[in-house]
Amino acid sequence: MAQRSRAGTADRIRHLLETEGEAIHAQASHSNERRNVTYEATDDIEELRTEARAIKEDAIDRLPDLIETVREAVEANGGTVYVADDAADANAYVADVVENRTEENEVAGETDTPSVVKSKSMTTEEIDLNDALAAEGIDVTETDLGEWVLQVADDTPSHIVGPAMHISRAEIAELFNERFDPDEPFETAEELTRFARDHLGEIITDADVGITGANFVVADSGTITLVTNEGNARKCAVTPDTHVAVAGVEKLIPTLSDLEPFVDIIAKSATGQPISQYVTMLSPPTDSPTLSFDSPDEPITGDGADGAEGAGATDGTGDPDRDFHLVLLDNGRMDMREDDQLRETLYCIRCGACSNSCANFQSVGGHGFGGETYSGGIATGWEAGVHGQESAAEFNDLCTGCTNCVDACPVKIDIPWINTVVRDRVNRSSEPESYDFLVDGLTPDAESGGLDPGKRFFGNIGTVAKAASATAPVSNWLADAGPVRAALERTLGIDRRRDLPTFRRESLVDWFDDRGGEAASSRRADQAAARSGGTDLDREVVLYPDVYTNYVDVERGKAAVETLEALGVPVRVPDLPESGRAALSQGMIATADEQASRLYAAVAEDLDAGRDVVVVEPSDLAAMHREYERLLPEASFERLRENSYEICEYVYGLLENGADPSALSTGDGAEPIAYHSHCQQRTLALEAPTVAVLEQCGYAPTTSDAECCGMAGSFGYKREYYELSVDVGERLATQVEDAETIVASGTSCGDQLETLLEREVPHPIELLAPDGRRT
Amino acid sequence: MTVDTVGRFERALEGLEVGLERVSAADASERIERIVEEPAVGASLPFEGVSLPASVTTEPTAGELEAARTGVTPVGFAVAEYGTVAVESTADGAEPISLYPDRHVAVVAESDVVPDLSAGFERLAEGFDAGRDSVVFATGRSATADMGDLVHGVHGPGDVDVIVLEDR
Ligand code: SF4
Repeated sequence: MAQRSRAGTADRIRHLLETEGEAIHAQASHSNERRNVTYEATDDIEELRTEARAIKEDAIDRLPDLIETVREAVEANGGTVYVADDAADANAYVADVVENRTEENEVAGETDTPSVVKSKSMTTEEIDLNDALAAEGIDVTETDLGEWVLQVADDTPSHIVGPAMHISRAEIAELFNERFDPDEPFETAEELTRFARDHLGEIITDADVGITGANFVVADSGTITLVTNEGNARKCAVTPDTHVAVAGVEKLIPTLSDLEPFVDIIAKSATGQPISQYVTMLSPPTDSPTLSFDSPDEPITGDGADGAEGAGATDGTGDPDRDFHLVLLDNGRMDMREDDQLRETLYCIRCGACSNSCANFQSVGGHGFGGETYSGGIATGWEAGVHGQESAAEFNDLCTGCTNCVDACPVKIDIPWINTVVRDRVNRSSEPESYDFLVDGLTPDAESGGLDPGKRFFGNIGTVAKAASATAPVSNWLADAGPVRAALERTLGIDRRRDLPTFRRESLVDWFDDRGGEAASSRRADQAAARSGGTDLDREVVLYPDVYTNYVDVERGKAAVETLEALGVPVRVPDLPESGRAALSQGMIATADEQASRLYAAVAEDLDAGRDVVVVEPSDLAAMHREYERLLPEASFERLRENSYEICEYVYGLLENGADPSALSTGDGAEPIAYHSHCQQRTLALEAPTVAVLEQCGYAPTTSDAECCGMAGSFGYKREYYELSVDVGERLATQVEDAETIVASGTSCGDQLETLLEREVPHPIELLAPDGRRT
Repeated sequence: MTVDTVGRFERALEGLEVGLERVSAADASERIERIVEEPAVGASLPFEGVSLPASVTTEPTAGELEAARTGVTPVGFAVAEYGTVAVESTADGAEPISLYPDRHVAVVAESDVVPDLSAGFERLAEGFDAGRDSVVFATGRSATADMGDLVHGVHGPGDVDVIVLEDR
């Protein structure tokens, strides 16, 4: 069964890569670049993000009170608030409002079929409002151009902000030419837009009811905020005399002043614009006159009662002809609020930055990386909360935990963690599979049965590697044998097109012991210090032998040891427990939790002795610096975080403190190098130190700006994701392929590049190590 | 407001391809007349000594609104930092008049041009307290990229001009 669904997933992803990937990538990556530029140009961006986050935390905390506050405010303005428990409840209420309003209108001798115009709203997508209204005989027209294209094409949104991002201009032209049969076929975006504007403009002026979403709702004034670029939301809200706004309860914020940071940041994070074209803040019913286009000779200011008073005249209840309903949707949100792990999802302002910054999303779009309604990294939280875990399970594995979205999110949601948590829950709710026996013996994890065997295998890769190293090279020959690859693919889902890691018989820890352990290392460091006659740095390092450095990529470990010694720092390489990174990436939180505790216990004495923990593999360091906050007591987390470093960051520190770079392999000052940092390393802001060290040592590095290598630990090994992994990796490969030398910090990044470019891609430390460790 | 603030406003508008003209209250009517494309509709201007030219129809009918090429409205204030004008939803229809016609001419007193968004929110809060609690921050021209390329003038105006009253 596992195999069939893997093949199914692989087919679906291949299809999306071919049909929608190109259009999505063009737009999503463009928005992401613009966001980056705008964030960098905004001096107070961090303060804005922190403030926005704090407001959301507070608002969700006080949500029940805010619901009462907004009810009072809207009622005082002359409108109505309805809190809907679920989709059916909300849909029935909206249908009622539309029917009542049309009946009133019919008395005045108007239309037969009630007609509704809508502006874009993911929340109404969530409840399938259009279908529900259509079932009641109500005509619904989407007026956001993207949404309207989808309505005409009978398609679904592929992005929460740009819903028709997957459809190219040519495809829209073809669709419209077929559907509307114009005299002159449409071709340009200009022609298409003009046609859409005129067509929709007429429908808007005739509509009975306007339905909008709301980006934010200010509780104490009853103010709906709509953020758009087209202006359709303004028209939908103001033209018909009845306005229904449908918003999730999480959209409430306490006061008008809380709105400011959101108005400031939402367009920056969504598209990189400084501010959106229209930020509409309405406290309906508004004073604006209703527009009755079928009485073209009546002044819009009506019978003059309000109009005569002119601008600024308000009695607080708006135009008497106006009717306003605010529908606040629960649909699982109040339960999410009680859920310590999912609660953060409610802070989301739906800007789509997590989608745009995600390499996998850029390749497949929201039809692959998405559930029933929502898409992108945060969709896992939304889908699990509003539609249930099964919907999230469909696509949750597409989040590789690369953390690119973490710095993009305007409300600082730990999106990768939400994905890890939901993956863990999905694992736990699955039925045990028939291949469990295969991995049971190999996998001393803390997980209950039911976990996918492939996930269990990769989650326990440390144990696997140890066993494979002990039996190398036989294990490597075996693993490469055709029948074995077929079995691995069938049982564990490891794609047979992917090269397997070659396990080394002599691990880094063994090598270090054999050359004399810490005593020998101290001697070497002392000699080096004496030779250079430089400053006494008085540091000692525990080099963390992560799984790959210890068993597979042993050379980079040796290079790290020799580099540190050459700079006068003695090293120890004890046999330490796994960091939990592998388990986390498979959603095995209980296992990771145990491993974190064991690792901390194993290094506690070193930390007390003032030794620094230095890590080669960025993803293991990222576990210590990010996820351990949730797995260890705060003091332990802080202690380890403050005293652990990425290898090149550490070398940078040594050089800054007087160590002598001439002890290393230095370039001639201009030797060009392409350097690909690692996603999680970038999030930790640790790309710069590597670049600085390379520069100090006489190289001229250029950095890649590709989002990801696509490998992401185990992701690229998996049969269902192999092609996606290669698609993402190709973008990086094209960026760096012309350089004579390419270095990469992550094992998977290096492996992916080596496979795609068929050449050596060492870790930067191998380049720097004395006497050219580099092979 | 300082000249600098208006200068900043002007630069922001330039980036948005929105024209800015400074004019004295006495000359405003004539300048508006020159800028509008007829037929034009408008919401009356609350600035002392400034009135709309006769060619601009106030209290328009729905038919006149639909047919208009230009809508002239006062705005409560403007935010220099982003080139934003604050259109208030008033009973005389400033909101639809600024939205439906292809061109929007926004008239603002120089003293109402505030430097940044924070100052804009202060003004917004004052207005809310006074009952003016429906406001649109409009920045530049209506735009969409949904049809495969950036196009201006979708549901809202594709052309915007701002007139700053120097002595108001
Ligand atoms: S999680 Fe953050 S980045 Fe993603 S859509 Fe929500 S607010 Fe935007």
